[in-house]
This record gives sequence, structure tokens and C-alpha cells, in this order.
Amino acid sequence: MAVKCRLIHCMRAEPSAFRSSQLSFGRASDETLVLALTGDWRLKRGFASGAAVENELTRSPIPRRVAFDSAGLGEWDSSLVAFVTEVLDLCHTRGLTVDPAGLPSGLRRLVELAETVPEKTDAHSAAAGKPLVERVGAATIAYAESIGGFVAFLGAVTIALGRFMAGRARYRRVDLMVAIQDCGANAFGIVTLISFLVGTILAFMGAVQLEQFGASIFVADLVGIGMARDMGAMMTAIIMAGRTGAAFAAQLGTMKVTQEIDALATMGISPMEFLVLPRVLALILMMPLLCFYSDLMGMLGGAAVGSGVLGLSFTTYFRETFHAVTLGDVLGGVFKSSVYGVIIAISGCLRGFQCGNNSSAVGDAATSAVVTGIVFIVVACGAFALVFNILGI
Amino acid sequence: MGESTAAAGTALAAERPVCITVRDLTMAFGSFVVMRDMNFTVRRGDVFIIMGGSGCGKSTLLRHMIGLLEPAAGEICYGDFNFTKAGPQERERMLRRFGVLYQAGALWGSMTLAENVGLPLEEFTDLSRREVRQVAALKLALVGLKGFEDFYPSQISGGMQKRAGLARAMALDPEILFCDEPSSGLDPLSSRLLDNLILDLRDNLGATVVVVSHELASIFAIGNNSIFLDGESHTMIASGDPKELLAHCADPRVHRFLTRDEEQRRTA
Repeated sequence: MAVKCRLIHCMRAEPSAFRSSQLSFGRASDETLVLALTGDWRLKRGFASGAAVENELTRSPIPRRVAFDSAGLGEWDSSLVAFVTEVLDLCHTRGLTVDPAGLPSGLRRLVELAETVPEKTDAHSAAAGKPLVERVGAATIAYAESIGGFVAFLGAVTIALGRFMAGRARYRRVDLMVAIQDCGANAFGIVTLISFLVGTILAFMGAVQLEQFGASIFVADLVGIGMARDMGAMMTAIIMAGRTGAAFAAQLGTMKVTQEIDALATMGISPMEFLVLPRVLALILMMPLLCFYSDLMGMLGGAAVGSGVLGLSFTTYFRETFHAVTLGDVLGGVFKSSVYGVIIAISGCLRGFQCGNNSSAVGDAATSAVVTGIVFIVVACGAFALVFNILGI
Repeated sequence: MGESTAAAGTALAAERPVCITVRDLTMAFGSFVVMRDMNFTVRRGDVFIIMGGSGCGKSTLLRHMIGLLEPAAGEICYGDFNFTKAGPQERERMLRRFGVLYQAGALWGSMTLAENVGLPLEEFTDLSRREVRQVAALKLALVGLKGFEDFYPSQISGGMQKRAGLARAMALDPEILFCDEPSSGLDPLSSRLLDNLILDLRDNLGATVVVVSHELASIFAIGNNSIFLDGESHTMIASGDPKELLAHCADPRVHRFLTRDEEQRRTA
């Protein structure tokens, strides 16, 4: 029946055991295009594209019918199914009739299966790329909404704290204790290490300059005031944002995914009071303690450098430190750390509550809790510096 | 139990007071409408099934009914109480009369089973600690988890977690029990046990049960009222006793669902 026959070799070099798959076009007299499928059609070796068929469909005389000839067909797998469905789609869009009789029956069944459920057209539109302006607009609106969400969350936390003060908050005391243990005692090790090292770093930085003027003793002033006013609070906050803020977000995010938060809400127990309140309280209570401890550790680090490198005695070093550091410096730092504690707890809990409903969203929530926490801590630190400067503290 | 109970239930249905009324409810996420213009009533003592294909909005409807999502339009009333228009405090009081069994149990991972079941008792009753413990143990025993009081959710199997979830949902002897796919992920026997348990609790505590399900065996075993949600047209296309729907519903979509499309497969 084939009047003229053109062969398409679509395969790469093959081991001799395989027959490469081939697609050839033939024309039957009644304007029927016959697709002859021969050889082995294997996924791992690629398959013919519909473009060749499309090209053939536009050649004169324009065919009205498409048929298949699989007499020479060897083994086949999904590659052939994919090719045939593509051809069918092409024919449907061009309004051609297709005669699948020439296909093996198993293949016909698979093709039918792939075509039974009509394509959900609106499924593509949601995922498809949108114009830049629309994306910028959507992002802006989402950002504005997130600020609204943040303010609402802050309000809810304030109300929960108010109810706690009034003694009407509903939470389990044991949860508060666990949270206190987790962000207090359990954080001791890391705070010790980091603060001691920060103290030594400050001391080294100061020593290099001060030694030139024979003023090594002022390293004690530098480290003492630096730790007490800013570095103690700052380093504790950054450690706790990475450690506890992320943990809060992950815990609450997981609870969101497993519907545990819904279960609380539908039981008439406020998740704000039950979950957020103990965590915020724990950090507000523990941050000042950790900060004070961090101050001391930093000074100890400074003293280690002072005695080990600069040849100052411990007594001299600490006398100088106590002379330089005022109670105001320490209290200022401790106050800052309390505020940082609120920031860490709120950003951790907020991101946990905003978490999506899948496991990767939990990871995102933890990351975003740390980022939000640290950004706001640094912003707050800057604001404190400004305000303290104006007030002359 | 099966048919005779269901028949008696149907005969008496008109006499029982209306427990839940849903009027012109439209559910939407932003501009995407999940279901529109839903109207149905549930009478006290019904086991009401919300059925439909996967992803058609069954669980979403349940989440609207328990106040986790807000309707885009329409309202949900419990008896004479308009739940949609109520303020947060009135809602909270109403919520205490509900029990909810979540799809995966949603037990609080940081608490033991006894603490999970005991929490609502601690929060909303004046029971002493010993009494709370005793009631929690009873509820766990009712669902076949006697002796597991001090286990954590992560230490027990998925089916047991689900049963513990049911025990927690039943903790305050709710008037309305909502179950989100109670039998999904359970073997046929456990699923049958859970069905029987739901019926027993309904009969003995006089509760109304709302179940989201697409498990046919379970639907026919426990349901005496239902609605069918169609994801294509975004509307509810049938309501009534599932057994009646199977026998008389003319809509091919409902019929195919309830027969697992067996007839068409046979002719094919």
C-alpha cells in the first residue's frame, strides 16, 4: 500500500543485539497516512518525536486519516505509548480520524487508559508562569498581608500575656517548666563556649592596639564594658535564635502539619495560651540569666588572654574590670536581652504557626524563624544604641 | 445490626430534632470556589456521611463545620445556635460540645495517651487529678487501649493512634462527634471495629456523628444520612440514606461511586 516511503532513523548507535526502532511513513490511496512502526522501542534509547509526524501531516496531499502498521514491531515499552499518545493529540487538534486497529492490543489499552480522563485544563494555568508585573503585585500584597498577620500575632501574644498576668491563662505548668529547662539549663554549654571565645576575641583585638601605648590594662575595661553593654546580650540572643527560635518554629510547624494545633483549637483551648505563652515566658525569664552568665564568661575569656598573653594578674584584671563596669551597663545589657528573648520567641512561634502543611514547610519555617529573629535582633540592637545614646545611659 | 437498625432509624428520622443546619454554604480559598450553595440538615442521632471523590472538599466541609475555616457565604447552625455569626467566646462554649477525630489522630506528641485524653477533662471540668486519670483510663479502655495510658503517641501504631484520638474526642461526652476519614489507613478488621465503636458510642451516649469517608463498606455499615459532593461541578449532587441512594439515585456519578463502577467494568 505504501506509495512512497520515507524512513526516519531516530536511534543512536546500538549494540547489535537490538534492532533500532524506526518510524516510516506510507500513503495508502485514500489519503490515509500510515505510520509503520518497526524495531524495538525502548525508553532508555529515546524515541521518535511527534514533530516528524506533524511535518508529514502538512505535506501534500494532506491526509484525512491516520493508521498504524505494527507488523515489523519488536519489543516496546512506554516510549511507544508516549509516541502514540502524542500522535493522537496531534490528530485530534487537526480533526483527523485515527484508526488504532493496526496497534498491538496491549498498547491500545494503555493509550485508552491515558486518554480516559480528560486533561484538567485549569491545572496548568495555576502553575504556569505569570507576567512580571502580576508576580510583583502578588508578592507585594502577600508581604502586606504578612505584616498584618505579624501585628495580629503580636496582639494575640499580648492578650495571652495579659490573661497570664490576670491568672486566667490556660496552659500546663509542666510545659512551662520544660520550656524553661530547654532554653535555660540546656543552653548553658553553648553559651559558655561562645561567650568565653567572644571575650578572648575582644581581648585580642584590644590588646594589639592598646599594647602599642603600654595600656594593656585597659583590655579589661574594653572586654568588661563591651560584654556587659552589648556583646553578652547580642551573642546570647544570636545563639538562642539559632537554637531555640528554630526549635520553636519546628515544633509548632510539625504540630500544625499533624493537626495537633487544630485539635487544640476545636477543643476550645487557645493555642496561643497553651503553646506560645509558655515559650515566650520561658525566654523572657531565661534570657536575662543567660545574658548575665554570658557577661561573666566573656570577662573570664578576657582575663585568660590578659593573664596568658599580656602578663596581667587575675587580681589586677578583675579589679580593673569592676572599676570600669557600672551596674547600669550590666542592667542595660540584661534589659536588652529580655527584649531579644521576646523577639526570638515571637518570631519562632509566628513562623511555626504560619507553617504550610508539609514536611519541607517545617524546614522553611525553622530557617525563616532564625532569619527573622536575627534581623529583628540586630535592628533592635541599633535602636537601643540610638536610644541609650540620646538618654546618655 | 445493619439493615434493621438503619430502617428503624430512617422511619424515626422525621421525629428527631434537627441538630445541624447548613444553609447556602459556599466554601472558597481566595477566588477558588471549592463547593457552592450547599444545603442540608442533620438530625440528632444521625450518622451523617460526607462522601465524594478524593480532593472534592469533604475534609474542607468538616473544617468549616468545626470553625477552623470561615465560609465564603452561607451559615452553619447547631440547633438554634448560629455558629457562623457567633463571637469567639460563644463559639468556644459550643466547641466544647464537639468531639473531633482527626485523620491521623492528631494526638499531642509531648503527652502520654492518658494526658491526651485527660487534657480536656482537666481544662473544662472540676474533676480531681485522680478522677481525670480514672476517666481517661476508662475512655482508653472503651477503644481497646487498656494498659496503654502511659505510652506516648510515637510508641503506638497508626491504628492505635486513631483509636486514642477517638478516646480523646469522646472525653467530654460530646453531643456531636466529627470524624475525618476514620477508617483510612486501617486494615479491614480494625476499620470494622472502629465503625462498630462509633455506632456503640452513638447509641449509648446519644451523640450525633458526622463522618467524612470514601470507604464504601464503612459508609453502608454506619451511615443513615449523607451528602455526596461532586468535585467537577463544585456542588453537592445528592443527599439521603446511602443505602437509598444506592437503590434509587438516578445520578450516574453517585451510582458509579457507590458501586465502584463495577457495572460499567463488567459490561466493558
